Amino acid sequence: MTDIARVATQTSDAPMLTLPATRSIPAGWRVIGSREFTEHILSVRFIVLLLVLGLAGVLAIYAVAGSFRDAASAIAAEATKSLTGRPVSVFPLLFTQSPTIPGISGQSFPSFAGLVALLGPVLGIAFGFDAISSERSEGTLPRLVSQPIHRDDVINGKFVAGLAVITMILAAVIVLLSGVGIIRLGIVPDAEVVFRLVTWFLVAAIYVAFWLALATLASVVFRRAATAALVVIAFWLILTFFGNQIVSVAAGYLRPVPSGATATETLANVRMVADLGRLSPITLFTEMTQAMLNPMVQSLDPFFTDPTRRAFATALPYSQSLLLIWPQVLLLLAGTVICFAAAYVSFMRQEIRA
Amino acid sequence: MASTPVVIRTRGLEKRYQRDDSTQEKVAVRSLDLDIRQGEVFGLLGPNGAGKTTTILMLLGLTEPTSGTAQVLGFDPLRDPLQVKRHVGYLPDNVGFYGAMTGRENLRYTARLNGIRDDESEATITDLMARVGLPDAGEQPVETYSRGMRQRLGLADVLVKDPAVIILDEPTTSIDPVGVVEVLELVRGLARDQGVSVLLSSHLLHQVQQVCDRIAIFVAGDVVAMGTVEEIAASQQRGMQVTLDIGADGDVTAVGEVIRAVPGVASAVIDPQDRRLWTVSVLPESRSAVLSALLVAGHTPWLVRDRGMELDEIYQRYFAATPAAVQEPAA
Repeated sequence: MTDIARVATQTSDAPMLTLPATRSIPAGWRVIGSREFTEHILSVRFIVLLLVLGLAGVLAIYAVAGSFRDAASAIAAEATKSLTGRPVSVFPLLFTQSPTIPGISGQSFPSFAGLVALLGPVLGIAFGFDAISSERSEGTLPRLVSQPIHRDDVINGKFVAGLAVITMILAAVIVLLSGVGIIRLGIVPDAEVVFRLVTWFLVAAIYVAFWLALATLASVVFRRAATAALVVIAFWLILTFFGNQIVSVAAGYLRPVPSGATATETLANVRMVADLGRLSPITLFTEMTQAMLNPMVQSLDPFFTDPTRRAFATALPYSQSLLLIWPQVLLLLAGTVICFAAAYVSFMRQEIRA
Repeated sequence: MASTPVVIRTRGLEKRYQRDDSTQEKVAVRSLDLDIRQGEVFGLLGPNGAGKTTTILMLLGLTEPTSGTAQVLGFDPLRDPLQVKRHVGYLPDNVGFYGAMTGRENLRYTARLNGIRDDESEATITDLMARVGLPDAGEQPVETYSRGMRQRLGLADVLVKDPAVIILDEPTTSIDPVGVVEVLELVRGLARDQGVSVLLSSHLLHQVQQVCDRIAIFVAGDVVAMGTVEEIAASQQRGMQVTLDIGADGDVTAVGEVIRAVPGVASAVIDPQDRRLWTVSVLPESRSAVLSALLVAGHTPWLVRDRGMELDEIYQRYFAATPAAVQEPAA
């Protein structure tokens, strides 16, 4: 060692010690993802969210099943109008019907689908808002990226883990509620209903994935987890409570309805409201829920212009309902991809040093 | 020995940042030529913001150099970052761990990321925890660890992958003095016994001096000196003053006048601690002239102390020019 230290020239032509390339480097996102998944499962937020969604869901289903006779006869009456006379399963109504709880008049408890529309964002935000910023604040990010992984493994692994936990919660709750429904009603869902439920579950997963991606983006952009959470929650609250008002005002500005407006003007305004509304993931999800869980819904056009079709209302087969929600699915998917891509790009461009 | 293989080699490595608010460029590291040999402990010395961490990040492929090349163990960090990172253990400044996981779990995670199976890493982890002085803390969650324990765990974390090169960024900042000695001993031992090369960055001169074979002093992105402590000291003495403490018989003021009259004396001030002494900055070749002048004038020196050029002074001399500098002693 002392020999080395005495070398006068500081650069040399000495050969480089060259190591053979290691082949057994694993896919980093899997290792990161599985650690994140384990941590999520053991976390308090997981247990709380599972309990909240599960309990609220059971309450909703239980109450609906109690007052189900009225709803069932209503839908049966509508189904008789069906030209083809196809029987319509009432099972999906369990998820969409708002229960009327005796003793609380006027107060409407949201249906389970409504609960998912309301709480889905919370689910996504909870597992994403500190994804990157916690690694920064804990000082684990420099250590993590100095392991033999690519930098994008970090964000990919975290997103996949969040997605896995979310779909697990949703699947568990939906299966649980279906079970409760089967026992309470004595109706076993047929294949088509199962298809509808599975599709709706996938749609709900995309819906929550959108919020997860948005929260992940916030966790990249904002250094503090609290700031990220607040910003995304504010966005969610604004969309939930003021979304419709904002859309009405914007539509009124773009397609005004003056006093004594013609039918065309009014129609244009209504259409603009519907189009602008679809910028909100909450609206998209609500529309998809309607079409997928209620086969009697034949169109998502707010101004159903063809009166002949209304007169011959028919329960749509599964494939037609799927066709109906396809644009919404693509829109929501696109929103999710855009949010994640933005998070990905800004994370890749950030300096590792805080 | 020129035949000792090199593990890290940079040529003209440079990193410039474009400032957002202006067209001015900030140079973080300027044209760095570095050869780090196998089994060597190399110290990057400099104040915060001098470019040490940027250099390290470029070596790991975590930051792209603006120009120049780097080679680590035969791999290009830009094109083959995974191979570099598989063989290089990096302990970042202010290392962090997952608080909810135990020390062992944190190390196991690192092992997994390096493609080491759990059954293979178990024994290594037990051994490492003992070596860094945490034999009983392995099953505790890291959130119960003190800063010093985390730093030790960080050292174990670096060694889990059995690296050929380890890079330690400010490894001793949060350890107690006893721990510092242990950690530095451990680092020395790794280099001596296992031929591991160590690149150590620090702003603490004495630790670097104690443990490093060679040193590069960084100031504002430039390497202003490189080599062994002796080499740097020797190269800096030429053309620079040394400091003498002189005490001589007779009136103190008169002694000062004699000293100041000698050519080659840059300054002479009374030592604030001992008012009988003069602190004199003088060119090394004029030292004898000062003493003979005193003798001729009848002021026989009863004390002459050559402070020489310690690395300390070299270091402070460089950093006096930078804003973050330690103040040069009054001279």
